[in-house]
Amino acid sequence: MNLNRRSLLKLSAASVALGATGLPARAQAIDELVIAYNVTLPSWDPTVGPSAVNPTIQGLYQSVFDQFILQQPDLKPAPGLLTEWGWNDDRTQVWMTVREGVKWHDGSDFTAEDVAWSLARVAKPETGSPIQFVWGTLANHRVEGNKVIADVVQFDPTIFKWMYFLTGYVLPKAYYEKVGAEGFEAAPVGTGPYMVEKFERNAFVRLKANENYWGGAPEFKTVTIKFVTDAAARVAEVESGNAHVTLEMPYEEYDRLKGGPLAGVAAPISDIGMIFLNDIDVMLDPNVRKAAAHAIDKQTIIDRLLGGYGVKIDTLETPEYDAYDASITVEYSPEKAVELLAASGYSPENPVKFKIQTTKGFKPKDYEMIQAIVGLWRKVGIEAEIEVYEIAKHYELRAADQLAPAAFYNWGNSVGDPTTSTGFAMFGPSPHSVWDGEDLINMIGPLWGEADEAKRIEGWKAVDRYVAENALVIPLLQYVQPILHAPGVVVTPHASGALLPHLMKRA
Amino acid sequence: MRLLRSVLLRLATTAVTLLGVAVIVFFVIRVVPGNPVAMMLPPGATEEDVARLSALYGLDKSIPEQFLIWAGGVLQGDFGTSITARQPVLALVLGRLPATLELSVMALVIAVALGGVAALTGTRLRGTRVEGGIDVANGMALSVPDFLWGLVLILLFGVLVPVFHISGRVTPSLDLPFTTNFYLFESVLRLRFDLWADIVSHMFMPALALAIPLAAIIGQLLKQSLKETMHLDYVTLSRTKGYGENHVILREALPNAILPTLTLVGVQFTFLIGGTVIIERLFSYEGLGNMAIEAVINRDLPLIQGIVILFAVIFTAVNLAVDLLYALLNPRLRHA
Repeated sequence: MNLNRRSLLKLSAASVALGATGLPARAQAIDELVIAYNVTLPSWDPTVGPSAVNPTIQGLYQSVFDQFILQQPDLKPAPGLLTEWGWNDDRTQVWMTVREGVKWHDGSDFTAEDVAWSLARVAKPETGSPIQFVWGTLANHRVEGNKVIADVVQFDPTIFKWMYFLTGYVLPKAYYEKVGAEGFEAAPVGTGPYMVEKFERNAFVRLKANENYWGGAPEFKTVTIKFVTDAAARVAEVESGNAHVTLEMPYEEYDRLKGGPLAGVAAPISDIGMIFLNDIDVMLDPNVRKAAAHAIDKQTIIDRLLGGYGVKIDTLETPEYDAYDASITVEYSPEKAVELLAASGYSPENPVKFKIQTTKGFKPKDYEMIQAIVGLWRKVGIEAEIEVYEIAKHYELRAADQLAPAAFYNWGNSVGDPTTSTGFAMFGPSPHSVWDGEDLINMIGPLWGEADEAKRIEGWKAVDRYVAENALVIPLLQYVQPILHAPGVVVTPHASGALLPHLMKRA
Repeated sequence: MRLLRSVLLRLATTAVTLLGVAVIVFFVIRVVPGNPVAMMLPPGATEEDVARLSALYGLDKSIPEQFLIWAGGVLQGDFGTSITARQPVLALVLGRLPATLELSVMALVIAVALGGVAALTGTRLRGTRVEGGIDVANGMALSVPDFLWGLVLILLFGVLVPVFHISGRVTPSLDLPFTTNFYLFESVLRLRFDLWADIVSHMFMPALALAIPLAAIIGQLLKQSLKETMHLDYVTLSRTKGYGENHVILREALPNAILPTLTLVGVQFTFLIGGTVIIERLFSYEGLGNMAIEAVINRDLPLIQGIVILFAVIFTAVNLAVDLLYALLNPRLRHA
């Protein structure tokens, strides 16, 4: 064959045309929705084991199971399997009204017994629930008609928020007791909008719509969720038309594709990026901490490194959280940083030195952000040495209180309560806190059991103000989750970061 | 008799090797940072919660104690339970092994075919521009790692000319009548060529990505061996007998020249299986390598142990098989 330039062009055009005939999914009406998901699903039990507390998996669980209380896309609670809930007057009991007329995927009736059993099961230490310390604050669960009552062992004002947070799922008592843990893994049954039709570990899950779903039948009758952990492969999946929706790709790729053949939605989610400050070495000097906070130009970092996809924050609360207070700010002022450092005898010529730890590639541009911050710090008289660590090492070091003076981390808090953001991050006695100052412990302590909600939230706002004023932690940004999708799909983003197929509609 | 003694000796050393691997892996993954319980517990958990879950997963005991418990279980066929999947490790690992084996074998077949054709063509047309072109292509294939070839293939055949599937092992909507996890093999046995085509269209890109660097190695080595053999007296003799160049290369030179390549293919096959870790991840192929990465990320200690032990078994088995095959093919060793 004489291959000249013209014949090569013809051949290329023919190849492209031939290939395009095979995969025109974007242009056709979508019959079966295909989602390229960024994580795999190791286990189907949403209440025990590591998967149960993995925030990125919750969207898969919520497609099959219902939580006790429904969480709306703006993080606010709404009636779900529980239609009403509350405490008695002296806060010694909780009560929950259970929705009637709901069916499990196997056709059996959902009852208040299921709710009581689900709550009691995760409260038992032997179950292996990672959140047993929360569920164990309730005991003696009992059913009265379509109500579930439980005694309060220790008052926790956030207990109902946990009912739409990690491990807060209702499982079928009769079915689970009949098939056991292994049988449940093989054939999970929930009350959620979709039923599991086929599951291949590490590969995909195929879901069928639950036509009897109490919240209304989902629009897409069949949904295939492919587990595509590599971001480049996920982008290729939607770009080629093999998948209709995907999430968590580099922002550059999102920008490249969203205005072209694909549509996109990028909305803030409840995850934040922050720098833990450990109360050791030079971080015991308030001038150093405050200078480190004032020297960071968060907005420029968001604009330059993340393409503007991020929301600058100055406390550990995002605007969607209950204790967000817009009046608490930490200004970017390198001049002030220089002044503060000078007061402690430091300058660009005689910099204060410490180590900062960071992940690399765990979150978008994490390492690059820290590089930029170190560059900004250098200008004012802070010389920070970067150490890259794996996220697993971060957890271990944090639990042992052995983090470096500064350590980058990302924090998720999809219920938006201050206890699960500022509280757990900053309360010294918690094994996951890094700053152990007595003053902060005294401020936070009374808030754990505060029954007056307004007073409790105001208390947390005061804590946030104190933390910001004393630079006990450096909040950086609220992440934005990029979702690419075919023009034929309308995707409703959820502020928790969960990608939920039952919230997707045809355009 | 000597061969049998040699085999028995190799089996004994294999057992010692596996024990060594087990000890090293067990201790190393417990010493490196990343405690699965620390990863599992959310903020707010107390020291009691840490202790409770550590006891639940048997991590509260000393490492030697944990090892003895684990080794005792292994001797009875119990490799423990995966922390993340909450399933028996042995079932999980054996369930994924066929996928990885099929991918590796397919990659090997492609590599041998590409490398063999390149070597034979290069030898036949030695000294011409074609040989130069093959050498350049070999150099490129070797200098680019397999995962980058994977990305190039995804771009070419997944996006620009989308003829192959980018991820997975089989189309989710297909009903599979298989009783084993050897999908490719069983689809042929059942004469289900529709399924076979689907499986191949999923496997082709990851297999080719794995095969390209190996094909270059095979091509280079085989061509070199062929060139050296072509100068030997018996080859010259066959030429003087009037045999054509193709006959001389294929019938006379190749049988001798192939022996070093065969050893290399055996050794490289084990590396090929190791290479599936990255490639399976890239193509979301549901094999052992993909599972290994998940296990490491989640610090699923029992699963990591199970996968590493299985990889070690495969490596030693393949090496043993290659040695035996080499002994059978090489008359000097066979009659030694």
